[in-house]
Amino acid sequence: MAVAAPSVGKRGGFQLSAKGQENVAGFLFILPALIIIVIFIFLPLLSAFLISFTNWNGLQPPAEAQNVGLRNYERIFGLDGTTVVRDEFFVAIKNTFYYTLGVVPTQTALALILAFIVNQQFLRFRGFFRVAFYFPSITSSIVIATIFLWLFNRNGVINGVIGGVASALGLNYTPVTWLNDANGIIHNFLRLFGLTARTAPAWMTETNILGQSIWQWISGPSVTMLAIMLLAIWTTTGTMMLIFLAALQDIPRQLYEAASVDGATRLQQFFLITVPMLRPATFFVLTIGLIGCFQVFDQIYVISQGNPAGTTKTIAWIVFRNLRDSQAGLGAALAFVLFVIIAIFTIFQRRLVGKTVQQ
Amino acid sequence: MSTSAAVQPSYGTRSFALLPSVGKVARVVLTYGVLVLFALAMIMPFVFAVANSFKELPDIAANPMRLTPGVRADGTPYSWTLQGYERALNTQQINFPRAIFNSFFVAIVVTVMRVLFNSLAGYALARIRFPGRGIAFAALVGTLMVPGIVLLIPRYLILRQLGWIDTYWALLVPYFADAFGIFLMKQFFESIPREIEEAAEIDGASRFRMFFVIILPMAIPALTAMAIFAFQGTWNDFQGPLIALNLNRDLYTLPLALAFLRGVTGDAIQWDLMLAGSVITTLPMAVIFFIFQRFFIEGVSYTGLKG
Repeated sequence: MAVAAPSVGKRGGFQLSAKGQENVAGFLFILPALIIIVIFIFLPLLSAFLISFTNWNGLQPPAEAQNVGLRNYERIFGLDGTTVVRDEFFVAIKNTFYYTLGVVPTQTALALILAFIVNQQFLRFRGFFRVAFYFPSITSSIVIATIFLWLFNRNGVINGVIGGVASALGLNYTPVTWLNDANGIIHNFLRLFGLTARTAPAWMTETNILGQSIWQWISGPSVTMLAIMLLAIWTTTGTMMLIFLAALQDIPRQLYEAASVDGATRLQQFFLITVPMLRPATFFVLTIGLIGCFQVFDQIYVISQGNPAGTTKTIAWIVFRNLRDSQAGLGAALAFVLFVIIAIFTIFQRRLVGKTVQQ
Repeated sequence: MSTSAAVQPSYGTRSFALLPSVGKVARVVLTYGVLVLFALAMIMPFVFAVANSFKELPDIAANPMRLTPGVRADGTPYSWTLQGYERALNTQQINFPRAIFNSFFVAIVVTVMRVLFNSLAGYALARIRFPGRGIAFAALVGTLMVPGIVLLIPRYLILRQLGWIDTYWALLVPYFADAFGIFLMKQFFESIPREIEEAAEIDGASRFRMFFVIILPMAIPALTAMAIFAFQGTWNDFQGPLIALNLNRDLYTLPLALAFLRGVTGDAIQWDLMLAGSVITTLPMAVIFFIFQRFFIEGVSYTGLKG
């Protein structure tokens, strides 16, 4: 024993009993946490996976639910010939996609720029700026949604500020009904060029792809969704900035010194040192940004509940709504579809980061 | 002579730099300009909300942009008021004082238990060799992958099976341990020199005594950081209580109470009450944040790097 495990050899003559004690201690130390995680994460996931093959309504004892095989999954993708569930799912996919496409690049870019600015050596009050940028991140999502609900209402502060700026510039501003405007922002943009649902060519308005015409697919996020996107960017940028800032400060200064001794210009230093050194942090920020966006829920719950006209229905929202509307089996199936989508993105990111770290 | 010659020019450029170039001034102005603008964008929504929470309801509706009470149409001024707070605390729709108690109770119990469970488990993974350690570790890594929203229905399912819906148990027990916190603690314990434990071992101390008497006191900074994360996560959590509580509104925590009040009032939202409720919900976290900012900021950097 002592020979087989030389690393514990220091412990002297009590090998066996000490080893036994160690085992017991190890089990006892980890047991409480493990029980919690098994009972409240593993077991539920497993049973919810089984439930996703039933028509459980969320109220009856799960054992009384009927097995429906793959029916829930078939309904989600429209493989059983019905379109109600499929259409809503793809509306949610579209909304979540536009939401993510707007939020992730914007918050990442803003965070990166802010991190560079805060990292400048001459800067004073750095602590103040860090605290100011981070404060939204420690606030309850429900509080932030409530405050934004108030700021964005028709007679609210946002319209007041825009109106004030507009009148100072001598422009007219008709207050936007931010929280009840289902018009897509790309549609709004196209309208400037005279392209509306009426004037759009037939191939756009009459081709039906998964329940929506091409014209509907290219709507962009609705104005209401845009307000929620601004909320998300506002909340998360500070956290992302701190992650970038930590990464920037982790770059050894000697690298820059060596580079400038070798005659590298500032620009070369930026592209040859800063950019590659920031790559892991960037991938990390992009991934947690993506995962967070795919799960957007609290803000939708408080602000819009999927309205107006279904333009803020997200995947997470329809998971919850199916649970609430006694379709827990279907909701569970939707949750696992979302899980797979998120897992694919996470694994993809791990691969990419793994490669950069090896380089 | 040669040294002074080398020094001289640098003094020269320095004094020359006292008349700073336009480019440098522009850079400083731009830097502070951008930062102040962003800081304002981050802070002003809170400032507007707090200021308006102390205004009368018609004043909030008419002059949301004013940070001080405005003037009525007939020329009489509005005044500062605590009406919003009184109405929040006395509303018939929800027991708000009870929600304040619930939030504190749940956050404190969860924080204490999570610090204990996570540090025990983190220590076992860092320092004790026992059979099954590899499996336990893999299981924990697996849970890190599970997004919160995916757990919504599974959690509801298990809480129903346990008969815990509408009880405090459902708000507390599932959150007594989390994989992320266990990793934080594991990483911390791995940084403690092994010699300290070996010395204690020679003195015949058991693992339990060693952990509670020697190791844990050394871990106070890490424990503080984790306690703050746990408190913040629990205090702000919405989805957990939303799933766990069905009919029993007496157990609502503050975020749930706020969301409920928004829901029952529909489009006729009573903004004085809602803003006051938002301030009440934020205040404890804000106080903790300003006392322990270092831990928050470092914590984020830490998650970023280790993620």
